[in-house]
Amino acid sequence: MLAYILRRLLYAIPILIGVNLLTFALFFVVNTPDDMARLQLGVKHVTPEAIERWKIEHGYDKPLLLNAGAKGSAQFTDTIFFKHSAAMFAFEFGKGDDGRDIGNEIRTRMSPSLAIALPVFVIGLLVNITFALLMVFFRATYLDLWGVVLCVVLMSISGLFYIIAGQYFIAKLWNLLPISGFAGGIDGLRFILLPVLVSVVAGLGSGARWYRTIFLEEIGKDYVRTARAKGLSEIRVLFRHVLKNGMIPILTGAVVVLPLLFMGSLITESFFGIPGLGSYTIDAIQAQDFAVVRAMVFLGSFLYIVGLILTDISYSWVDPRVRLQ
Amino acid sequence: MSFMPVILWTDALIFALLAAVAALVWFIRRQEHLRAPWRAVAQRPMAVGAALVLGVFVVIGLLDSLHYREKLADSPAEQPQYSVEVLSVFDALVKELRTRTEKTYSAPLAMQLYAKEFVLRDGATVRDYPRLTYGGAHLAHANDHKPDVARRTLFGAMQGALASLLLFGLLAAWQARRTQVDVGGWLTAWATGRLGWPGRTVVLVLAIMLMLAAVLVQLASGYHVLGTDKVGQDVLYISLKSIRTGLVIGTLTTLVTLPLAIGFGIAAGYFRGWVDDIIQYVYTVLNSIPGVLLIAAAVLIVQVYIESSPELFDTAARRADIRLLALCLIMGVTSWTGLARLLRGESLKLRTLDYVEAARAFGVSHARIISRHIFPNVFHLVLIAIVLDFSGLVLAEAVLSYVGVGVDPSMYSWGNMINGARLELAREPVVWWQLGAAFAFMFALVLAANLFADGVRDAFDPRLGARR
Repeated sequence: MLAYILRRLLYAIPILIGVNLLTFALFFVVNTPDDMARLQLGVKHVTPEAIERWKIEHGYDKPLLLNAGAKGSAQFTDTIFFKHSAAMFAFEFGKGDDGRDIGNEIRTRMSPSLAIALPVFVIGLLVNITFALLMVFFRATYLDLWGVVLCVVLMSISGLFYIIAGQYFIAKLWNLLPISGFAGGIDGLRFILLPVLVSVVAGLGSGARWYRTIFLEEIGKDYVRTARAKGLSEIRVLFRHVLKNGMIPILTGAVVVLPLLFMGSLITESFFGIPGLGSYTIDAIQAQDFAVVRAMVFLGSFLYIVGLILTDISYSWVDPRVRLQ
Repeated sequence: MSFMPVILWTDALIFALLAAVAALVWFIRRQEHLRAPWRAVAQRPMAVGAALVLGVFVVIGLLDSLHYREKLADSPAEQPQYSVEVLSVFDALVKELRTRTEKTYSAPLAMQLYAKEFVLRDGATVRDYPRLTYGGAHLAHANDHKPDVARRTLFGAMQGALASLLLFGLLAAWQARRTQVDVGGWLTAWATGRLGWPGRTVVLVLAIMLMLAAVLVQLASGYHVLGTDKVGQDVLYISLKSIRTGLVIGTLTTLVTLPLAIGFGIAAGYFRGWVDDIIQYVYTVLNSIPGVLLIAAAVLIVQVYIESSPELFDTAARRADIRLLALCLIMGVTSWTGLARLLRGESLKLRTLDYVEAARAFGVSHARIISRHIFPNVFHLVLIAIVLDFSGLVLAEAVLSYVGVGVDPSMYSWGNMINGARLELAREPVVWWQLGAAFAFMFALVLAANLFADGVRDAFDPRLGARR
C-alpha cells in the first residue's frame, strides 16, 4: 500500500512539471513580458522606458531560460523560468500586481472558500442521494418520470439564474437573509446559508439524475434479486444493498473534487462577496493579474492530482475487490 | 451590386458543418444499421418535439450567418463604398426590430419610457414618463393600451391557429394519400397515436410555435415585446441575435474537440504502449488545470494579440468574430479529454475482439483496422458526446462572459445580456426584462437540446437498451 502511494506520488511529479511548462509557455513565451506590460499600462502612450520599469518592478526583466550574462549556476537560476515558474514547486508564488504576497493571500482566503464549499459538498451529496433513491424506489411510475423531467429542467437552467433569482427573491424581496458578505465564527452562518442553498439547488438536477442511473444499474444485478428472493422488504434492499454498493462509484467520484473544494467556486464567491480563493481568482482574471492566475493554475492542478491519488486509495478502501499493487 | 457579401470565419465553418451533416445524413440513409437507431429517436415524442424547437433555433442561427455590408447610398457606382456595419439576412428580415430604437429602458409592451423626464405638455414643462418613439406610438390615448394589446394577442393567436389548422389539413391529406387510407381513417390513427410516428406531438409543438410566432409578429409591429435595454435597443432583437452565438459555441467547439478526442482516444487504446503513455500524460496534464483558468489564460492572450494588431481586421464584426472563433478553439482544446478517455477505454476492449484479431492476422493495415473496425464501433459514443456537450457549452458561455473571458463585449450573446443587466436588479422599479429574456431563451435552447440528447442517448447506447 505504502509503495503504491509512493509510486503514485512519483508519477504526480512529471504531471506537475508538465503543468508548469505549459503555464510557462502560455504566460511568458506566447505572451511576452512586454505584452503584459503594455496590457497593464494601456496600449497607447506607452514608452519603452515605462515598459522596462514595469518589467523591473515585477521581476520580469530577466532572460527567459538562460542568463548568458551570469556566472555558474546563476546562468540558470537568474532567469524568469527559475524565479517565477520553478519556484512554484516550493509554493513560492511571489507577489501579485497589488504588491501582496500571493502565498499569504491563499492561506488567509482558504477558510472562507471552505466555509461555503464544504457544506455545499456534504449537503449536496445527501440531497442528491436522497432524491435519487426516491426516484429509484418509485421507478417506472409517473413519480419517477416526472422526477427525471424535473432533473432535466433543473439542469437546463443557467447557474447564474439560481444565484440571481436567489439573491433577488430571498435576500432583496423577502429580506430573509443578507444579499452578500462574510463574517467569521457563528455570526457568519447567516451569510453562508444563501450561497449554500443556491449551490445545492443548482447542482441537484445533474447530480440526482446521475446517481439515479448508478442505482438503477445496481438494482438490475443478481445480488439484488437474491436479496429480494430472501424476502427482504424493498426498503431494506434499497438501503442495505443498493445504496451500499452504489456508494462505491459515488464516493470515488466525490473524492476527486474533495481537495479542489479549497479553490472555492468562482461564480458563487464573486456574486456573494465571499473573500475566498474563487473571488480572488476572478478578480485576478478581470484585473489581468497574470502572477495570481499562474499561481492558481498551479495550485488547482496540484490539488487535482492529490484528488486522483486519494481516489485510488479510496477505491481500495471501499471496494475490497480492488487490490493495489 | 448594392451590397458586398461578407464571409466571417465562423460563417464559413458553420456552413461547412452544415454540409458535413448533410453528407452524414445522406450516408446514414443508405445504411440500415445506422438508420435503425435514428428511427428509434423519431419514435420518441419528447425527442421529436425537442428537435422541432431546435430546428427553429437553427434556422434563425443560419439566417443570421449570411452576412453582407450595404453599399453607402451616396457613393459612386464605379467606386462603391460599403458601410462598416456588417448585417445579416436575419437583420434584413427583422429590420423594424433593429432600427426602432428608443432612448433608454422601457418595460415589455410599454408605451412609456421607464424613467421620468421633463416633457412639454400644454405649454408647461412637467415631470412625467415620456411616450416612446415607436412602442405604442399608434395609440392616441393611454386607455387604449390594454385593449390594443389584448386585441393583437387574440388576433395573432387566431392567425396562428388558422395557419396550424391549414397545415394540419394539408398534412392529413398528404399522409392519407401516401399511406393509401381515407382521411378519416388517418385522423383516427393520428388521434389515437397509432401512426407509427409521434404525430400528436409534432402537430401540437408546431401549432404552439406557429401561434407564438403569430402573436409575436402581431405585437412586435406596434410594441417592444420584451422591452428595450439601456441604449433603447429592442430586447427581443438582441435575444434573437444571441441565438447564433450560442449555436456557434455549442457546435464549433465540438467540431474542434472531435478530431483531438477521436484521434488521441483511439490511438491510445489501439496502439497501447508508449503511444498510450504519452497521450495519457498529455490529457492528465490538461485535465489537471482548472478549465476556467486555462480558458481565461488563453483568452487573455488572444485579447492581447487582437489589441496589438488592429490592422488585420477591417470591421468590428470581424474582430469580434475572431475572438468567438478563438474561444471555440480554446474551449475545444481544453474539453476533449473526457471523450478521449472514453474512446480509449472502448478501443482497449475492441482491439482484443476476434474480428479485429482476425483482421490483423490477415495483414490488414492499422489505418484500415481503425477506420473499418474500431471507429464504426465507437461512433455511437462520439454522437452521444456531441449532443450531451452542446447544452453544457451554451450554458458555459454565460459564465465565461461573466468572468470576462467570454465573447467580445460588442457581440450579441445571452452571457453579455445577463452581465450587462444583473446590476439593474438593484434599481427601483426593477429592470427585469433583459435578464428574464436572456434566461428564457437560454432555457428554451438548452432544455430542447437536453431532451433531444436524452432521446439520442437512449436510442444509441446499447447498454441502456438492454436494460429496458
